[in-house]
Amino acid sequence: MFQGYTAAELTSIFAMQGFAGLSLFSVFVLMALGLAIIFGQMGVINMAHGEFMILGAYVTYLTSNFFSEHLSSMFSLYFFVAMILAFIAAALLGALVEWVLIRHLYRRPLDTLLATWGLSLILQQGYRTIFGAREVGVTLPDWLMGSYAITDMIEVPVNGLFVMCLTILITIGVYLVMQKSRLGKQTRAVVQNRAMAGAVGINTEKVDRFTFALGCGIAGIAGSAFTMIGSTGPTAGQLYIVDTFLVVVFGGASNLLGTVASAFTISQAQSTMEFFLSGSMAKVLTLLTVVGILMLRPQGLFTLKIRS
Amino acid sequence: MKNYCSKERHGSMRRALIRSLVSLPLALAVSTQLMAAPATSDVNTTGLAVTDDTVTVGILHSVTGTMAISETGSVQAEKLAIDQINAMGGVLGRKIEYIQEDGASDWPTFAEKAKKLLVNDKVASVFGCWTSASRKAVLPVFEQYNGMLYYPTFYEGLEESPNVIYTGQEATQQIIAGIDWVVKNKGAKKFFLLGSDYIWPRTSNKIARKHIEKLGLEVVGEEYYPLGHTQFNSVINKIKLKKPDVLYAIVVGGSNVAFYKQLKAAGIDMTKEKPIVLTISVTEDEILGIGGENIVGAYAAMKYFQSLPNDNNKAFVKAFKEKWGKDIVIGDVTQAAYLGPWLWKAAVEKAGSFDIDKIKESSPGIELTMAPEGYVKIHPNHHLWSKTRIGRAKDDGQYAVVFETKELIEPDPFPEGYQ
Repeated sequence: MFQGYTAAELTSIFAMQGFAGLSLFSVFVLMALGLAIIFGQMGVINMAHGEFMILGAYVTYLTSNFFSEHLSSMFSLYFFVAMILAFIAAALLGALVEWVLIRHLYRRPLDTLLATWGLSLILQQGYRTIFGAREVGVTLPDWLMGSYAITDMIEVPVNGLFVMCLTILITIGVYLVMQKSRLGKQTRAVVQNRAMAGAVGINTEKVDRFTFALGCGIAGIAGSAFTMIGSTGPTAGQLYIVDTFLVVVFGGASNLLGTVASAFTISQAQSTMEFFLSGSMAKVLTLLTVVGILMLRPQGLFTLKIRS
Repeated sequence: MKNYCSKERHGSMRRALIRSLVSLPLALAVSTQLMAAPATSDVNTTGLAVTDDTVTVGILHSVTGTMAISETGSVQAEKLAIDQINAMGGVLGRKIEYIQEDGASDWPTFAEKAKKLLVNDKVASVFGCWTSASRKAVLPVFEQYNGMLYYPTFYEGLEESPNVIYTGQEATQQIIAGIDWVVKNKGAKKFFLLGSDYIWPRTSNKIARKHIEKLGLEVVGEEYYPLGHTQFNSVINKIKLKKPDVLYAIVVGGSNVAFYKQLKAAGIDMTKEKPIVLTISVTEDEILGIGGENIVGAYAAMKYFQSLPNDNNKAFVKAFKEKWGKDIVIGDVTQAAYLGPWLWKAAVEKAGSFDIDKIKESSPGIELTMAPEGYVKIHPNHHLWSKTRIGRAKDDGQYAVVFETKELIEPDPFPEGYQ
């Protein structure tokens, strides 16, 4: 398929293709981090993860409207404010949902699946009632939508770079919180042995609420960032949920490093195959490969070894 | 509004007059027929929900679930048409009442609700469905219980039922004129076909490919992505490598938003026409989600744009905004949905009866002069003759019409040589 192209053209296409793979990788990581925390650390199958992301997107939409009406001079910077608000809104909703719904369902993972699926339907209809069934258009600052031309042929989308940087920052942030902070240590203690953690004086209920809210908050940030590359509508969250679960399960649910590794594997495989085959075939082959590997290694790529 | 109301009323009076003259026994009753509604027993012999002063119809669209995004506009248009018809005195002197059912974006639900409307409610006609899948699901119901469906969406063709009036374009009406235009006016030689992976984009691209190859031109790529796909960077790179003159895009739903945003972010400026982006799947409705600034410069082949400058359309847009809010936009399918109740009214009046069998017979040949898209006419194959227009997206989310076919294009749901 490469006859008739000059070496320069091919080089630049491969460079851009490499970038496409990396940008897909960061999108996957951003989508999956929140779910990895909730699913991996708490064992809750959160089917409403996509809806928490869309909450972030709607918050971004509202913020952009507010800035263009009241603070138009600051419009180019609104995105940062929007992401913080998206985090807060999604985390608050997450904490509420944990209190009302999830805490009654621990140790019943299949019931959390049903309950959160119901929650996702409720949230979707809620968005539809509040914002209308139609998709909303989020106006982005110009500097985010351009591309940065390195050579004549190589053009790097600014929003791709932005998502990448954001993903790196958030991954480091989550790593620090989970590994170094007191709450993170408590969370991991609860995951490893709930009864023992309770016995040494950790308030396990509080830790659960914190963990769930953190996962949802990160979903909110992801949703906010994805207004740059995707749609914002009541059911747009559904577009992400399959890929998100794929990444988390493939990576081995209880390990954040696994999530990153699996996002990298899946995104590179998919974006390379999309280039050489067609889009649908790439998806089929990716899924087949993942199923195959999971059959050989049901626990996922990385696992946490604990005695039980 | 006023202008075409009066025109339409004269038309229907003339038809009523001719009808009365033809049916000799009633000739003496001409004057009374114009004043009072005909007796219910005469106009409704099959037990439909028709009383002396009302007639009940059904509206069957998704107002919940993933398709609500698209179908909301159709519901609004159908309700507006019903209101307007009622304000003019209804159909055969009867006010239209409607029962609205929610298909909930679920095809079996569509079939179930269609059955409910036809069997329990005995509605005189149904305006509804949007996706081909929902239409395919209700088709056997309408044929078994002998109902009438007015279906608004442009679709892939390959279907013709006596129980359905297709008010949108079948594929050839949208595709062939669009490709001819881009070849003739832009000198396009190389095409890249792209679509979401289901029947409508695939059938449409098949027709497009046949036509392009028939013109002796080249298709340099054809790609499909699953519905809901949100990452298009790889295919955009492929497009950059293949350098087509025209990117023929039939991406659907939420994917649309992702596709155009990423196209723009990858440095493809559609206003420079390298490549020319020509779509048949983005109406003003979709641009709401995409954002005008992300699709400015793309071309769309449709039969209707909100910006059409004719008087019918100005009145329609004004009435639509008065009823549904000033910020609302009207896309191709919304306009086609608006035609449904008017075409049904015309068929009932031509037949002088609400009976489904008589409407089926009277429908071919029916003309609307008040349609926002301009004059339309029902073909014996139950599709509409209509024009194809090319619009160019502006950054305010509207299209500027740059071309329209001189003649109405004949609907051809089973195009020979394109299968």
